[in-house]
Amino acid sequence: MESPTPADPSELEELYRLLAAVRQLDTAAVRWQRQGIIPGYAPLLGQEAAQVGSGYAVDPARDFLFPTYRELGVARAVGVDMVEYMATHKATWHGGLYNPATTHFAPIQAVVGGSVLHAVGWAHGQRLAGPGEDGYNVALSYFGDGASSQGDVHEAMNFAAVMKAPVIFFVQNNGWAISVPTERQVAGGSVAARAAGYGMPSLSVDGNDVTAVLEATRQALAHCRNGGGPILIEARTYRLGPHSTSDDPGRYRSLDEEQAARRSDPLAACEALLRTRFGTPDSFFAGALAAGEAEAEAVRQGLEGLGPRPGSEMFDFVFQEPTPALKAQAAAWRTESEHV
Amino acid sequence: MSETLSNPLSPAAGDGPAAPAPLTLSMQGALNRALGEVLEDNPKALIFGEDVGRLGGVFRITDGLQARFGAERVFDTPLAESGILGMSVGLAMAGFHPIPEVQFDGFAYPAVNQIVSQIGRMNYRSRGALPMPVTLRVPSFGGIRAPELHGESLESLFVHVPGLKVVSPADPHQAYHLLRLAGSMPDPVIFMEPKARYWQKGPVDPADAGALEGARIARPGRHLTLIAWGAMVARCLQVAELAAEDGIEVEVLDLRWLSPIDADGLAESVSRTRRAVVVHEAPRSSGLGAEIAALVTERCFNTLKAPVERVTGFDVPYPSGDLEDEYIPNIDRILFGIQRVLEHRRG
Repeated sequence: MESPTPADPSELEELYRLLAAVRQLDTAAVRWQRQGIIPGYAPLLGQEAAQVGSGYAVDPARDFLFPTYRELGVARAVGVDMVEYMATHKATWHGGLYNPATTHFAPIQAVVGGSVLHAVGWAHGQRLAGPGEDGYNVALSYFGDGASSQGDVHEAMNFAAVMKAPVIFFVQNNGWAISVPTERQVAGGSVAARAAGYGMPSLSVDGNDVTAVLEATRQALAHCRNGGGPILIEARTYRLGPHSTSDDPGRYRSLDEEQAARRSDPLAACEALLRTRFGTPDSFFAGALAAGEAEAEAVRQGLEGLGPRPGSEMFDFVFQEPTPALKAQAAAWRTESEHV
Repeated sequence: MSETLSNPLSPAAGDGPAAPAPLTLSMQGALNRALGEVLEDNPKALIFGEDVGRLGGVFRITDGLQARFGAERVFDTPLAESGILGMSVGLAMAGFHPIPEVQFDGFAYPAVNQIVSQIGRMNYRSRGALPMPVTLRVPSFGGIRAPELHGESLESLFVHVPGLKVVSPADPHQAYHLLRLAGSMPDPVIFMEPKARYWQKGPVDPADAGALEGARIARPGRHLTLIAWGAMVARCLQVAELAAEDGIEVEVLDLRWLSPIDADGLAESVSRTRRAVVVHEAPRSSGLGAEIAALVTERCFNTLKAPVERVTGFDVPYPSGDLEDEYIPNIDRILFGIQRVLEHRRG
């Protein structure tokens, strides 16, 4: 898909501010891990445009997003509280502390491909509920080129296409699944090419071009809202950083490759577009970066102030209706831990 | 400990004309009736799976429900168990009460990731914001000369997973009421139907469920407690009948809930009889019998007259039909187990 020409700078400026905030939060999170504030993190460096452009397009009041563990940019774009989001990386609570029912951002998913079927089920529920005045509510399922190898992703695409579920399969093809390159996951290199086999359309976009991603997601949302069934978007991007803060990309890819990929930095591309098309001044970019830095600092303070959850919560959320055995274990835990 | 259902055929308490009469139903009929009522009671309840719609399921448990409730509420899915269970998660997130069917026990293996990693954890992961009221029906256990992976006993697999509840009915009355209950619970329930008992008829009193929590004394006795669930309850009742001819009064405890196990009910029975034999079809090692033996020992150590005995399947893949009578605990093997417990002398 070609990048559309924005009519006025306000939307592009808003996208840039989001990209800048996400860049600051993401790079800060790596520092926080090095400083011992959080035990681990999965950086999204290089994927900001794919995440911000798609998240910006959806309406989180009605649509529902299903992330993996690398969707900080999407979460930020749809307004999830960043301290509550980062709580998963601080080892406070697996799914994060935000409320997925009210934010419409599903709990952070640690298993690649694990939540793709959930998006299909939720989307089928929208079909059963029937369309609103403006069509169906839409599920966005995020996964990567690595996850596309999972059987669940195949089942999800097949179910969605057969049932005409309003779901967007949003693939961030970032080149690497930890140490294994895309060509070892996807013969031919394109996840989008698989869509035809399921009988659904697909869009392939430059995932580093935020306006192209936004436009593709808007087209896909319209397709789903109108009852067209599922659609796949493949955003081609690059994971510039390690898989996680425990990873060492030097063991499987060259510095030359990384440096070549850095030439298509999504922030720089958005900045160039604003400068050439609208003559946006330096002060705007400086302001956006400063705002991002301030936000990251506020999140850091929030994280440092975030104590551990009470141990009783291990037991509180296993069931809606706890079993007698679990209550007994909770009582025994309390008695014995209080005597230490 | 629940009350024994004293006489399911007796008229319901009260004299209102609305009380439905006791029925005689097969377990298949009882389950079918229960599902229809769950769909009637809860407009958000959905039934789906492989062949459950037009066909009514390979065991006909959902027979007629699509015609009655429409193809939106009772529908066939593509043939993929992980898809069926993964989809259930999303439907539950959207406010529905999914009642998926996995066609045969062994077909649950491809769905284990969604059951264990997702359904069992979503309420926890979301801090209670995303309840998983998923009632997964699984035709279970052996005894019908079926092909490989059509006769598995999966209870130990599922009871070891935090966040799941597991129940197995033994007769039509229990099947009817336990499925109605499971279909209204806000947590995931694995509902293990003893497929070998689908076609045996029995009394069902829709008006008088009896207590549905915990275990149930299926037959009172005072010399030992025989603990079973699913299809093994009927076999244990046969054994109790035979033992009675020799003057041995066997109490048969239908465990019903495999997670959570009714530890109090177990202890209440065994503390009276002072001897316990557990019977299950599943392989012996680390089977549910081991957990039951531990619970009984923890609670009844001082009163036990013998170690808890286990009469179980073997640590082998469930065999072909020709050998399944050798594998499933039969009357003789259960009687041998009883004999070992009765003859035990403390050294």
